[in-house]
Formats: sequence, structure tokens, C-alpha cells
Amino acid sequence: MSKKLLLKDAHIEGIRYFDVYRKQGGYNAVEKALKMSPDEVLEEVKTSGLRGRGGAGFPTGLKWSFLAKPEGVPRHLVVNADESEPGTFKDRYLMEFIPHLLIEGMIISSYTLGSNLSYIYIRGEYSWIPDILEEAIEEAKKNGFLGKNILGTGFDLEIYVQRGAGAYICGEETALLESLEGKRGNPRIKPPFPAVKGLWGRPTVVNNVESIAAVVPIINLTGAEYAKIGVGRSTGTKLISACGNINKPGVYEIDMTITVEEFIYSDEYCGGIPNGKRLKACIPGGSSVPIVPANLLLKTIAGEPRYMNYESLADGGFATGTMMGSGGFIVLDEDQSVVEHTLTLARFYAHESCGQCTPCREGTGWMYRILKKIYSGKGTMADIDLLWDVQRKIEGNTICPLGDAAAWPVAAAIRHFRDEFEWYVKNPELSQTQNYGLAHYADPIVSTTQN
Amino acid sequence: MSENIVFKTETLEQVNKIIARYPEGKQKSALIPILHIAQKEFGGWLSVPVMDYVASILSIKPIEVYEVASFYTMFNMKPVGKYVLEVCRTGPCMVCGSEKILNHIRTKLNIKDGETTEDGLFTLKPAECLGACGYAPMLQLGKFYHENLTIEKVDEIIDLCRQGAIALD
Ligand SMILES: Cc1cc2nc3c(=O)[nH]c(=O)nc-3n(C[C@H](O)[C@H](O)[C@H](O)COP(=O)(O)O)c2cc1C
Ligand code: SF4
Ligand code: FES
Repeated sequence: MSKKLLLKDAHIEGIRYFDVYRKQGGYNAVEKALKMSPDEVLEEVKTSGLRGRGGAGFPTGLKWSFLAKPEGVPRHLVVNADESEPGTFKDRYLMEFIPHLLIEGMIISSYTLGSNLSYIYIRGEYSWIPDILEEAIEEAKKNGFLGKNILGTGFDLEIYVQRGAGAYICGEETALLESLEGKRGNPRIKPPFPAVKGLWGRPTVVNNVESIAAVVPIINLTGAEYAKIGVGRSTGTKLISACGNINKPGVYEIDMTITVEEFIYSDEYCGGIPNGKRLKACIPGGSSVPIVPANLLLKTIAGEPRYMNYESLADGGFATGTMMGSGGFIVLDEDQSVVEHTLTLARFYAHESCGQCTPCREGTGWMYRILKKIYSGKGTMADIDLLWDVQRKIEGNTICPLGDAAAWPVAAAIRHFRDEFEWYVKNPELSQTQNYGLAHYADPIVSTTQN
Repeated sequence: MSENIVFKTETLEQVNKIIARYPEGKQKSALIPILHIAQKEFGGWLSVPVMDYVASILSIKPIEVYEVASFYTMFNMKPVGKYVLEVCRTGPCMVCGSEKILNHIRTKLNIKDGETTEDGLFTLKPAECLGACGYAPMLQLGKFYHENLTIEKVDEIIDLCRQGAIALD
């Protein structure tokens, strides 16, 4: 049984509402934190080892300690609820079912950072969720946890929900701030970082929904106790949104000590692959992280079992490993075409590039067109090399990491599945009616674990 | 024509509440929320007179509105059908059969991607990941998601639209 911190009450009827949430111990962490000094709360978050859950995994406490505090300039907390990375739908689950957990985390975080005006920036397509959040905000206000002079401490806080309008790039923190200022979502050149010049030029912290929610159990347990859960620098619990060819897609909270094999095959999580099919490949951390074939997913190159944590997933670097990313876990079975899947991702990035940098704007469209050509049986061997070349020219040459995020999936697909790309080229007709299926990269331990 | 473009009184109240969410002088931040409201109130898309009206409310230049409206996929720059079927087709949905759903809609309504049926009822818009990957295939219709789709479910949704019996917001 995995330890649950964020979703421990998710099954309770009515947990969406203040009274039920409060009865389960909700808002106790606010009461506790507001008796501490902001610096003491910051210390707890640092001690907890919490790493940003939005994708980059940057230590949250450290990020908070960079916040500039010039005299007389307001500071802001902005929660990143843009969640648009293919495969990722965990923040939606949190906000939809346990909105008060986010609000509670925001109150503590805003107090720590000195923000009296904080925002939740949510992707526009989640258009029914702002109502849920705004109702939770109203309830919290009525009960004295928001508004003026919270719990008589003199701390004031207003929280507002801002909807985006359909743009993946607005998940990048500086694009998000531009959008929140009423502009196009064009990422800013860093430095200055948002911690110095963020929303309206004021010092700002941008954090993912799950990162801010995690502050609640950190305060309830203490940072030191939270840090004992998990392993190494992967402390606490992580939400994983699992999808693709699995029996039980959905959002799971894991403590980061379980193996990838257990996550995919055990009934507590994904419940294995449907119809007795075999595992072919997986993108474990959202579309931007490298795809890995089954053999490298379940075991590292050294033959050790791979675990569901930051370090183990990244073991072997990009040559043989991948990344935890946002926890968007996409499973492909033996019937899936890696070329086709990569093609949809390339189309996604071409569609979402903001167009500011030439390598990203041109390169993403180019990758999409080459992949389409190969997938439709019209590609040549030279196209595969060209594709490799184009992705290499994007990586590292752009203002924001969307360029890298577009290049990595293509690079990893060619790195591990070149034989499949070549098969499309060599079999222009057959490839239009049949799948390449499995090759040497098939799941090595399937027979012992699958029911 | 532009004289007719005025928000209803209740809507104006809502707009003013939104503007009050930001500090003095930062009212431009209200642009995207107000464009959502304008699109809803003025026929599902943003015409130039509508965008000019929004600019006047926020005391910003019309170009500041156009450049934002054209950047975000949720804003329609030309008229769309009453029911916009937005079917996700990115990797995880593709793996779960989104192409079958798209093809069924294309054939049934006899429209291509991005087109509107002659009666003005339906527009088909292929979409990129909408954060419902675990409940694929899916489509968005107005404010809501319809998930774990089958051909039968799609037929049912289309029938309900034709009867005007489906919730859009
Ligand atoms: C193209 C792009 C898209 C991103 N999308 C998201 C997102 O949807 N949600 C998110 O929390 N972070 C996203 N990020 C990461 C943010 O820039 C930022 O690192 C994060 O919100 C910080 O929060 P954290 O430290 O709590 O993870 C994205 C980054 C890039 C480059
Ligand atoms: S890398 Fe792409 S998305 Fe990022 S700023 Fe450049 S063009 Fe825009
Ligand atoms: S891929 Fe379709 S909702 Fe995510």
C-alpha cells in the first residue's frame, strides 16, 4: 500500500465542500502555519525536500528563497494550473475533487512569500473547474480563512482564478505571466527571473498545483517527517496520471519507492495491459520526456529494476533513461506504431510553438512534415537522418524549453526505434496496412508478471 | 452595426467585477476573461466590432485585442456552428481510437476538419490534448467534456444536439 497524503480523502463523499474537508482535518495546516513566522514555514518546506511537480523538479523551498523583497513592492504567488502536457491530467483531478487542498496550500504559501494577492491560472478548456474553485474560495472566505485579517493574524489574502484560452505555451512560467497580463503567451528572455521581475514587474513565484497542495501535508507532518517518505532526493508522494494501453487509466498517488513494473502491472495501479498484449514502450513523464522501449523502462541498462522516482527514471541519461517530468505516464502496447505516436506529438508541438524563435517555429513544422512523409510510406532513409538533424538544431537554441520539449521525443524515438522508422521506408505498402509490432525491445519480464 | 454591440447590464456588472481583481492600472489583465465573455454573448466568435468594443471597455488599443484574440485557439476569428465538436487526437487519445471517432463524425455530418454543416448546427474541430488522456477518446462540447467515447455515444450526443437537449454551459 502506498502512502497517501494528497488523495487520502479523495474518496470521501462531499470532500469538495468546506464542512466535509474541515472535518477531515482540513485547514489545520493553515492554523498551524499562521502561528509560525514566514521564515519558519519556509524552513519546513526546504527541509521537506519537495521538488516542483510541474515538470522540472526544481526544489520548491530553494525557489521561494530566491524571491526578491524590495521595500514597498507587492509580491505575488501564481499557481500554474495550465496543465496541457499530453498525458498529464493530475492537476485537474486535484482541483475538481479536492479544491480546498489547493486553496489551503495557497494560503500557507502566500503567507510565507508575503503575497496578499494570488492567482490560479487555469487552462481555458477546463471551463467547469473555475466554478468549483471559486465556490471553495467563497467558502474559505466565509469561514475566515481568506480575506482580511485571516484568523486574527493581520494577514490579508485574496485569491482569484484566471482562465487561459488554449495555448500550451502558457504553461511556461513567463508566458503564463504575459498571458495573465492580458498579452500573447510569448515567453520572456530570462534573466530576469520571475522571482525578481514577474507579474507586472513584481517579484513572483510560479508553482504547479500539486507543488502547492503538497505544502499542506508538509506543514501537518513537519518537513522532516515528509522527507522520510520516498527515497533519496525524491521525497514525499507524487501524483501520476496514467493513460494509453492499460486496464485502469486514472490518477494515482505513489510514494516514490515502487518499481515501474509494479506500477504498470499491479492491480493497485494500472492493472496491466488489456487483452493480454505485451508492453512495447512508455513515455513516463508527459509527452516531452524521452520515450523508452519496454526493456529499458522496466530495467536500467545495468539490469537493476527501475523505480518510479526522479533519479531512477533518469538513470542512464538520455541514452538509456528518461524523466519523471510531470508524471504523465503514457503506455503503448505491441499494436502501437511509435512513428505514428511521435507524429501526433510533433504535430502538437508545431501547433503550440509561439513562433518567436526561428529554430522552434520552423523546426517543429519541419519535423511534423518529415514524420508525416515517413508515416505515409513516402519517406527515404535520408529523411530519417534529416529528422535527426533538425531536432538537434532546435535543442538548446531557443528562448524557452518548448524547443527542447519538441526535439526530445523525436530524438528518443529515432534513438530507440530506428528499425521501425526504416521499416516504414523499406515497406512503403505493407506499412500502410500492418504494424511493425515488437522487436528486440519487447518487455523482458512480461511472462512472469502478467496475468 | 457597432452600436448594437453592448454587453447586457448583468454582463457589464460581471465584467467590472473581473476588472476589480487586479491592482489599479492593471486592467489589461482582464482581457482574456472578457474575451471569453464577449465570445459567448456575441454569437460564438469575435468579430472586429466586438474586439473594438472590448478594447474600449479596457481603454486599450484595438490592436492589443486583435493580437491576443488571434493567439489563443479558444477564440474563434470567424463564425462557427452552434455545436462545436472538439475531438482530441494527440498521442494518448490516438492510441485509444480517436481517429475512429473523428472519421465517424466526418462521415455522419459530411464535413471536413474545421468545417461547419450547412444548417449551421455543427463544426468539427480536431483538438490537441485537452487533459483527459485517461478517459480517451474524448470531445469537448461547450463548457463540458464527453469522455470514454464510443460510436454509440457520439451518435447520442449528436442526436441530443439536434433536439437542443444538451448542456453547453
Ligand atoms: C512549454 C512548457 C510548458 C509547461 N507547462 C506547464 C504546465 O502546464 N504546468 C506546470 O505546472 N508547469 C509547466 N511548465 C513548467 C513551468 O515553466 C514552471 O517550471 C513550473 O510551473 C514551476 O512550478 P513547480 O516548480 O512547482 O513545478 C511548462 C514549461 C514549459 C517550458
Ligand atoms: S522555443 Fe518555441 S515556444 Fe519557446 S519562445 Fe521560442 S518559439 Fe516560442
Ligand atoms: S491526448 Fe487527448 S486528452 Fe490528452
